[in-house]
Parts: sequence; structure tokens; C-alpha cells
Amino acid sequence: MSTATSAGTSARTAGSTRWTASGMLLPFGAFYVMFLLGPLLYTAVAGFFNDSLVKDGPGKWVGTANYAEALGSPEFWSSLGHTLWFTVLTTVPLMLLALTLALMTDRFSRGKWFFRLAFFAPFMLPSSVIALLFMWIYADQIGLAQGVVKWFGVQAAPSWLGDPNWAMISIAVATIWWTIGFNFVIYLAALQEIPRDVHEAAAIDGAGPWQRIRLVIVPMLGRATTLVAVLQLVASLKVFDQIYMMTNGGPDDATRPSLLYIFQTGFTDGRAGYASTVALLLFLIILLISLVWFALIRRTEKEV
Amino acid sequence: MTTLTPAASRTTTEAAPSEPRRKRTDSESLFNRVTLGVLIALALLWLVPIAWALATSLRPPNDIATNPTSWVSDNPTLSSYQEILSAGRIQYWYLNSFITSSLTTLLAVCTTSLAAFALSRLKFRYRRPVFLVILAGVMIPPQLLMIPQFLTLQSTGMLNTYWAVILPQVPNVVSVFVFKQFFDGIPVELTDAARADGASWLRIYWQIVMPLSRPAISAVTIFVFVWSWNNFLWPLLAVTDPQMMTLPVGLNSVQDAFGLPQAQLMASAVLGALPLLTVFLFFQRRIVEGIAGTGLK
Repeated sequence: MSTATSAGTSARTAGSTRWTASGMLLPFGAFYVMFLLGPLLYTAVAGFFNDSLVKDGPGKWVGTANYAEALGSPEFWSSLGHTLWFTVLTTVPLMLLALTLALMTDRFSRGKWFFRLAFFAPFMLPSSVIALLFMWIYADQIGLAQGVVKWFGVQAAPSWLGDPNWAMISIAVATIWWTIGFNFVIYLAALQEIPRDVHEAAAIDGAGPWQRIRLVIVPMLGRATTLVAVLQLVASLKVFDQIYMMTNGGPDDATRPSLLYIFQTGFTDGRAGYASTVALLLFLIILLISLVWFALIRRTEKEV
Repeated sequence: MTTLTPAASRTTTEAAPSEPRRKRTDSESLFNRVTLGVLIALALLWLVPIAWALATSLRPPNDIATNPTSWVSDNPTLSSYQEILSAGRIQYWYLNSFITSSLTTLLAVCTTSLAAFALSRLKFRYRRPVFLVILAGVMIPPQLLMIPQFLTLQSTGMLNTYWAVILPQVPNVVSVFVFKQFFDGIPVELTDAARADGASWLRIYWQIVMPLSRPAISAVTIFVFVWSWNNFLWPLLAVTDPQMMTLPVGLNSVQDAFGLPQAQLMASAVLGALPLLTVFLFFQRRIVEGIAGTGLK
């Protein structure tokens, strides 16, 4: 490609390139504006109105009344607390357990398909299948979980989904079973990219299997860990499906996460304006937590 | 056996001249054997819920009533499956899910790859800001936008149609990113040469870049299809007519409304799990690489 032709045509093509670029971006851009950016702006604005789902138009201007109500509402704070509690209950085991399972699986060259099948297959199931399955497992008197606990000699097994102290933990356990495969697969892929020489060099230097994992392998997984940590955090903060189906936020709102609170105020009570306020607040909180979390992970990654 | 082997082998290593190396491989193989044992135990534990659902679905209902925690039945039966299938709802849900997920995937692959191509190859003003704005969309959890999205589709009268399920799922920002990363890796000389020969950008996209991008296309296809097939919250809002429901929403209505016996609920769960599990069994490698690749590269 000679410079003469490109210089000669560049002036003429600059305009047409711009039009081509706009045309190519348009189909995606239309969807993006219509279903992401537009709705986000709507959410930001609707919070200042007494908007409802049943009447047309944005409703009456109420200023910051919705924000004052949300921030002063114990229901808002308790739903946020449940979201954070669920996030703590799931993020830590879903990262550590996935890493452990991947490290163990990576030691064996044969039979990987079986472990991938066992740990990853549940991730392919729809959330409603998870709900059906675990509601039967957690059922009072007749469920598998109570049977197992009784088998270990516990006489009065708790009502897993009916006891406010246990409901969230039970949902977290079901979630860990369901979603661990995703993190497992990402860790396994990262482990397979570590060259075999690294293992061998460390072995020749006299490092035992445990030392090799702790001092050589795990530090090399920094990128995968950052990725898993961020994706997992955001996924956990958005929890809705399994809780909606298994407890619908109960017993006594003990498992109601923020997304369900928005769903109920918006679609059950029809208060679209107030629900938008809560949605925007939750968006800001998720953004803030993610940024702080990301900075923390990056720092520890550098220290290692 | 496991208690004997290490002790026995240790005596042999002490006798052997090259003891350090032998010793290490012995502790290594013990470590490996313990690891394998624990791993197999965990994998089997992971399969228990699915196995229990299968076992329950094969039992006659009165059998479950008399002995709920038992695993096996004296006379296993497929009657629960027959009843679920003859009720005729789940076939609609399969079809609806298949149509909506396929169309979502098709629209997403076409629009996101085209946008990514422009961002990767075309030198136009505001290229970086446009890319940054699109990328910032990753930060918006779509679940938080359910109210305005609902109002939009309500005002256009599209609720309870396939389009209501499909359209809000099309702008998949991650796909733009995956495609752009992949396109950036295709040598510039290739597209420049075609350009010098007078090919239009659209033609370069369609005849040169897309055929070279099979790995990216299959990763995005798998990712979007599985995600849209399993999406629950949005179709729950968009569709209330049982005939129009997708599989996840339909399965949820099963436990709400129809008050089915346990064996039939578990048969529904198994039938609901079947499509993607089958796909997974056939394309295990592809799917795993697709998901790992979407995240990592």
C-alpha cells in the first residue's frame, strides 16, 4: 500500500468513513440507547416524580421526597443488608472452593471431563430448576437435607427455608452448588495456561506439592482471581431469581434482597417513582462497592 | 492399604542410593492419591441433588407419600413424565425459549460484531469516546432497569409477545468487547490490502473479518444463548400468558399454580434441565472454552 494513494484518497474517504462508521454503529446503538442508556436516564429522572405504573405520564414532581423516604426506610436498609449478607455468604466460598477444586482437578491429566461435568453442569440449569430441586431438598419433615442432618444425630433439624436464621444460609448453599462451575472453569483455564516447565522447575528446586501451590501457582493466577472476584461480586449483589422463587423474601422479610424490594414496590405496589429511586441508589452502591473491591484486589495482586 | 504403602515404600527408599528423589515422588503420589479421593468424593456429592431429583421423578406418587426420604422405588414409573408432557404446556415453553433465545442471539451477534468492527477498523472522530460509553454499559445491571424497560414495551403494546422478551436482551455490551478484542488481533495488512483493492468496509466485514472470527462468534453465540435461555426476571415481567412463557418462567408457574405432586415437580425439573444439559454434553469443550475465553481474553 503506497503512501501516495492513501494520502490522495484519505481526504475523500474521511467523510464517507464517518458515514460508514455511523451506519455500522447504528443498529447496536439504537438497542443500546433504547434499552440501556435511556432506561438509566429514566430511572435517574423518575425518582424525582411520584410516578406510577398504572397511570400515563411521570406523575407529580416530588423533589427529593422519594430519596428521603428510601434513606429513612428500615425496609430499604434491611433489604440492602440482606443483599450484602448474601454476597458475603456466597462470594468467599465461591472463590476459595472454586480455586481449590480447580487446583485439585488440574493435577490430573485424565478424567478432567468428569469433574468438569460434575461441577459445571449445574451452572447450565435455569434458576427455576434450582428452585424446584432445592425446595424439595429443603422440605420440612420429608426433605433430603433434614434426613442427612438426622442421620448425623441431630434430633430437631431446623426448617431450612422457614427459619429466619437459616433461610439465607440455605439459599446461599443452593447458590454455591448451582454457580460454582463458572468460577471453576475460569480457574481451570488459567491453570492450564501455566507452562509445565514452571511446575517442573519448582519440583526440581525441591518444593513439595503444597509449597508449589502456595508459592508458585496461586500467585500466577492474579488475573483470573481479579476477574472471578469482580464478576462474582456483581452477580451476588444482583441476587433475585432463586430467592424470589424459594422464599419470596420470607420468612418475615428475612431474605428479601434489594432487587426484590424494588420489584415489590414497583410492580406489586405500582410505585414506579419510588422503585426507581431505590434502583438508582442500588446502582450507585453496587458501583461504589465494585470500585473499592477492584482497587483492593489490584493492590493485593501487586503485593503478591 | 493407604496406611501401609507409604511406610513400605519409605523403607525401600532408605535402602536405595538415590533417596531424596525417590522420597519426593513417594510423597507426591500419596498427595495425588489423597487429592483424587477427595475430589471424586466432592464430585459425587455435587451430583447428589440431580440424582435425587431423577430418583424422585421415577417414583409413583403414593410411594413418596408413604416413604418420602427413600431413594428407590419397588416399581419405578415414567408416569410423571407422561403426565407433564400430556399437559402440553412444557412443549410450548421449549418452543418459546428456543425462538426467543435464537433470535436474541442472532440479533446480538449481528449488531455487536458490526459495531465492534467499526470500533476496531474504522478511523473516525469520537472513536474512543464512543467505545468508552459502550464499555461503561457493563456497569449497568440490566435488572435495575426493569421498570423503564417495562414501561417502554407496555406503551408500545408489545408485552406478551416474543419481541418483548427479545429486544431488551440484545444490547449485550460484553459481546462488543469480545468481538473488538478479536478483531484487533486480525492483521491490519489484510484489511488494508482489501481496502486498496477498492472493497467497501461492509464487504471487508462480511467477507474477510467475519469468516476469520469463528472462535469469537461461537463464544458470543454460546454465551448469549445460554444467558438468554436462562434469563428469568425479564421474561417474568414481559410475559403473563402461559402459552407465551419461556421455560424458566413456565417452570416457576408450575410450582405456584398447579399444585403438582412431588414426582411431577421433579419430572418438570428434569425436563427443564434437559435441553441445556444435552447441549452441554455434546459441546462440553466448546462451551467451557467459550466461557473461559469470554472472560479471560
